[in-house]
Amino acid sequence: MQIAVLSGKGGTGKTFVSVNLAYANGKSIYIDCDVEEPNGRLFFKPQEKHLEKVNTMIPKVDANKCTGCRKCVEFCKFNALAYIKNKLLVFPELCHACKGCVMLCPQKALSQSGRHIGCIEYGKAGEVEVITGILNTGEATGVPIIRKLLSIMHGWAADQANDRSALPKDRHVIVDCPPGSACSVMESIRDADFCLMVAEPTVFGLHNLDMVYRLVKLFGKPHALVINKDMGDIGLIEKYCSDKDIRVIASIPYASDIALANSKGLVAAEEYERYLGLFKGILDNIELEVCHEADCHIER
Amino acid sequence: MKIAVPSEGNTIESSVCQSFGRTYYFVVADSETLEYKVIDNQAASSQGGAGIKAAQAVVDSGADTVVTFHCGQNASDVLKAADIKIMKAVPGTVSEIVQKYKAGKLVELTEIHPGYHQHGG
Repeated sequence: MQIAVLSGKGGTGKTFVSVNLAYANGKSIYIDCDVEEPNGRLFFKPQEKHLEKVNTMIPKVDANKCTGCRKCVEFCKFNALAYIKNKLLVFPELCHACKGCVMLCPQKALSQSGRHIGCIEYGKAGEVEVITGILNTGEATGVPIIRKLLSIMHGWAADQANDRSALPKDRHVIVDCPPGSACSVMESIRDADFCLMVAEPTVFGLHNLDMVYRLVKLFGKPHALVINKDMGDIGLIEKYCSDKDIRVIASIPYASDIALANSKGLVAAEEYERYLGLFKGILDNIELEVCHEADCHIER
Repeated sequence: MKIAVPSEGNTIESSVCQSFGRTYYFVVADSETLEYKVIDNQAASSQGGAGIKAAQAVVDSGADTVVTFHCGQNASDVLKAADIKIMKAVPGTVSEIVQKYKAGKLVELTEIHPGYHQHGG
């Protein structure tokens, strides 16, 4: 099962929840899609690492073939092209790699070329496969890396008898999403079987929860909420959840032992038995939710 | 000389616009005759890369000088590729700007900001 962990704002505890869930599950695949700040590896400290480069497409111009018709310039929604003094200029950092210009060029003067934007790090920490997407500093979008990260899962599944369900049942995939509710998050949750939202019980936290909740609804994904940094007053968020019929499957306390473990780069579930129990409980809850969801589908 | 100025309105008596890429209009004026034409800036509503698209429109207008408060790196790259000079604007109307340009009272714009396109997804 693929579980995406997401929250509207940064610093809510996506990585904390993801890392601990992956650890608590034992044989897991942890995928860090927060490619601008991939921090899960700081907790896992993966071994036997190897890197794979990620490139994105940019158009390359053959000046001899280009007649200056400007069809590509007019087509590009992202204004990554300009035609100045009989020369086509390409602005690589604005290109979204849609390939539209390459397809459209009547002279076939444009071809696909690659641009290095980051890499994927593979490693192992105990029973957990740690796969980390790393975007180069200054790049505008990490979507190509996220796409590649999740395509690894497709490849994995294909290897196992061409069937995603062939992944061993106990081997969950935990996808640590980027913050927000924009393109990179949509890409990260696209293949998820379950979306686990994390929120802080504050007005700001609630506002951000509302954003991701709407996204998750839009994608029609089974979902539930974990409250993080619970200081005893979670009425605000509970009311929202009861209005929207969102299940709150756990509330993690705002506790100094967790903060201390986090600050040392330790996995709380590994350090403290009670947190191991808490995260195992979350996993059990998710499994039940997904089974229930599947049953409902069969009934329909 | 043909001078392009980002403008709040569509006449030569309109105020200079603070933005280059997302200005609503460009007034392109002849510094000798003060004849001018107005370009609707299609880039104003672009998701991203507005500076590039606006600069392309300025280049296509045949201007040889741009007078603006701000200019991003990408727009500057386009204008420079077309050998267009970039001068720093002062508050006022487009016609005042053109007069000041003729009197040699404007200086070159040296601060090119890195652009805003890296914000958001």
